[in-house]
Amino acid sequence: MATAAPNKDRYFVPAPSAWPFMMTIGLAILVLGVSNYLESKSFGTIPMLAGLALVIYIVFRWFGGVISESERGEYGKQVDMTYRWSMGWFIFSEVMFFGAFFGALFYARTLSLPWLSGAGEKIETNLQIWPGFEAVWPSNGPAALGGDFQTIPAFDVPLINTLILLTSGVTITLSHHALKEDKRLPAILWMWATVALGVLFLYFQVEEYIHAYRDLNLTMGSGIYGSTFFMLTGFHGMHVTLGTIMLIVIALRLMKGHFKPDSHFGYEGVAWYWHFVDVVWLGLFVVVYWL
Amino acid sequence: MAHAHADHHDDHDHHGPDKGIMRWIKTTNHKDLGTLYLFFAFTMFFIGGMMSLVIRAELFQPGLQFVHPEFFNQMTTMHALVMIFGGVMPGFVGLANWMVPMQVGCSDLALPRINNWGFWLLPAAFTLLLSTLFLPGGAPAGGWTMYPPLVLQTGDAFPFLIFAVHLMGISSITGAINIVVTILNMRAPGMTLLKMPLFVWTWLITAYLLIAVMPVLAGAVTMLLTDKYFATSFFTASGGGDPVMFQHIFWFFGHPEVYIMILPAFGIVSTIIPTFARKRLFGYDSMVYATASIAFLSFIVWAHHMFTVGMPLAAELFFMFATMLIAVPTGVKVFNWVATMWRGSMTFETPMLFAIAFVFLFTIGGFSGLMLALTPVDFLYHDTYFVVAHFHYVLVPGAVFSIIAAVYYWIPKWTGRMYNESLGKLHFWLSAIFINVTFFPQHFAGLAGMQRRVPDYAVQFLDFNVWSSVGAFVFFFAQFIFIYNMLACCYGWGGRKRDLTDRVWEGATGLEWTVPSPAPYHTFEDQPQIGDDGEPVKVKATKTAKAH
Repeated sequence: MATAAPNKDRYFVPAPSAWPFMMTIGLAILVLGVSNYLESKSFGTIPMLAGLALVIYIVFRWFGGVISESERGEYGKQVDMTYRWSMGWFIFSEVMFFGAFFGALFYARTLSLPWLSGAGEKIETNLQIWPGFEAVWPSNGPAALGGDFQTIPAFDVPLINTLILLTSGVTITLSHHALKEDKRLPAILWMWATVALGVLFLYFQVEEYIHAYRDLNLTMGSGIYGSTFFMLTGFHGMHVTLGTIMLIVIALRLMKGHFKPDSHFGYEGVAWYWHFVDVVWLGLFVVVYWL
Repeated sequence: MAHAHADHHDDHDHHGPDKGIMRWIKTTNHKDLGTLYLFFAFTMFFIGGMMSLVIRAELFQPGLQFVHPEFFNQMTTMHALVMIFGGVMPGFVGLANWMVPMQVGCSDLALPRINNWGFWLLPAAFTLLLSTLFLPGGAPAGGWTMYPPLVLQTGDAFPFLIFAVHLMGISSITGAINIVVTILNMRAPGMTLLKMPLFVWTWLITAYLLIAVMPVLAGAVTMLLTDKYFATSFFTASGGGDPVMFQHIFWFFGHPEVYIMILPAFGIVSTIIPTFARKRLFGYDSMVYATASIAFLSFIVWAHHMFTVGMPLAAELFFMFATMLIAVPTGVKVFNWVATMWRGSMTFETPMLFAIAFVFLFTIGGFSGLMLALTPVDFLYHDTYFVVAHFHYVLVPGAVFSIIAAVYYWIPKWTGRMYNESLGKLHFWLSAIFINVTFFPQHFAGLAGMQRRVPDYAVQFLDFNVWSSVGAFVFFFAQFIFIYNMLACCYGWGGRKRDLTDRVWEGATGLEWTVPSPAPYHTFEDQPQIGDDGEPVKVKATKTAKAH
């Protein structure tokens, strides 16, 4: 009976592990610290940093453990497929997370600003509360919160950033093809090129933020425009940062001789993530900077 | 439940559990984690129940007697958060942990360590949330829906609320991905999608809803956080934002969320009724399609929670008609359950009693939901006790009854011991009667104009509220019969023997009934095979071969 024999390839059941529990402890300390920090309590910073350190340490240990399990060949086809499905649905959940902020931008531009200026049945809102307000984009609302501000033109640094991310999508693909043909050196070099492009993108984003705060008076407090601008680009920037760290890990693993031409989901998962970050940027470029 | 490893007889088990508390902290076993989830859920039911008793004691008569109105508001807010995110959702996840791997015939969930993480995030989240009761300014009191600008007035508790929701969100998303991947990737050979048990199907669809909407909730509360601390104006009209925008984003999460709390219940009821009617489920395929339709529709009905906030007429009409459409697939389900019982050889063990009560009482909640879907009349019902009665009918004799039914149904498989049937029947009748005593009068109170979330009321609502409070207290204390009965199974109190057959219930079908009772610590390290007829053909042969 073919199905009767215990099949080691079939199921991978890990041994009991303290990592997840420690991860929870780290996160709990972290958010406790952040909460106290936000409420201006005296003991916010230390738990915040301690919690963050613990989370980073556990992430390092946990992923390290998974990598050694993978390199020892403990994962069969099924585990590979498990990771593929999981990464796919994780990225989908990230898409929905960004969806909330894109939705807020859409709602503000197509509904709340026109309504504040009296569109539709909302004429009384305009006449009674915000007389004379007209909806134009960009807007910091009828009370002009944060004062006059300028925006960042799309066809300037943001366009360069778009080209950088699109190019990084090409370089990571070149690296991937090299790995699949078992040409390790080009795979490593193209991966480091991708990392460099990610870092360059982040550099320009930081410069853009400094420019916005210092010269343009564009801040998080600049009404709905500043809110949506910094929320969307900020969370995207965090994801690029995370993605760049993941790319660095993959580059180092390539140099250590990890991954096989026909089996390298750790690599592919990061590539998927990088493409996801790329696609979100395209959406940002169009609806945040351009339109 | 120390029994699970005390006498497990699975000799493949090369990495057995740790001893003592470390077993539970480090476990990667779906049965251990299912047990933890269920113990956590019932603890939260207890805490949330205590909060509801504070509410009902205060509302026993008009005027203010026991608590400050501010504390009353904290109780209504926390009761909802604790019951939804701490009770019902972890309860269903616990059942999924136990049953999905056993029902699809694999050894564990796809990502066992992530599963551990998903569980332990919950005690952390609820420690944060419940600790706010002791902070200056008290717990959040602006309602569980966290509407700005009111919620932004929360005191020190505010960031705790936001981060607790974030941690719960991580827990739900990881749990949901785990369940989706287990179902799609680890089914026994031969178990095609349309041969899966209905509990598995409903959980698959529920998990998709979770993955789609929990991140949206995370985004919504993150915007609240930045509005309060980082000067953004998402929900501030003076900056060009809109408080109503929060309601849209919140209910885009919130409406699928209410189906997250009921679809697994549909799966449980669709499992229990065929067992005790000794017939196959009527209309299996239509059940699957109805579940999927409900899930799809749940994404386009959210604004029926907001009919009175001043939406354009077109939106009011669209959301009214879309909402009424949900009655069609739900009607298919109720018809199928009734048709399954039609001319069945029915017996009325406790799980069956709860399942039948579910069909009756959930349908009452569904009908009041249909009334609330009608925009013009919702202007009268909105924020009255009619709404409270409606969602408690779908959540308590709906979701909670189904969790209770599932525990009664599967506890013999989990512990190897049968619960006490007389106590079970006593528990059922007390629950079924007093849940109606609690919530049925609230329909009348609401239609007569009594507002929700107010600690005082006009004297003409007195009788309804007396009934309601008496019902709530009896219902609450009746649950201890259940807790005793189940713990007695876990620990073998009262000389309960482990003398059950594999199948336990005469009419039960499915892979979980082909393994011993109690189920071994690791089930199905040898894959079962599902035949063309949907029955597990080779499992028995394998097990017999082992026994010799």
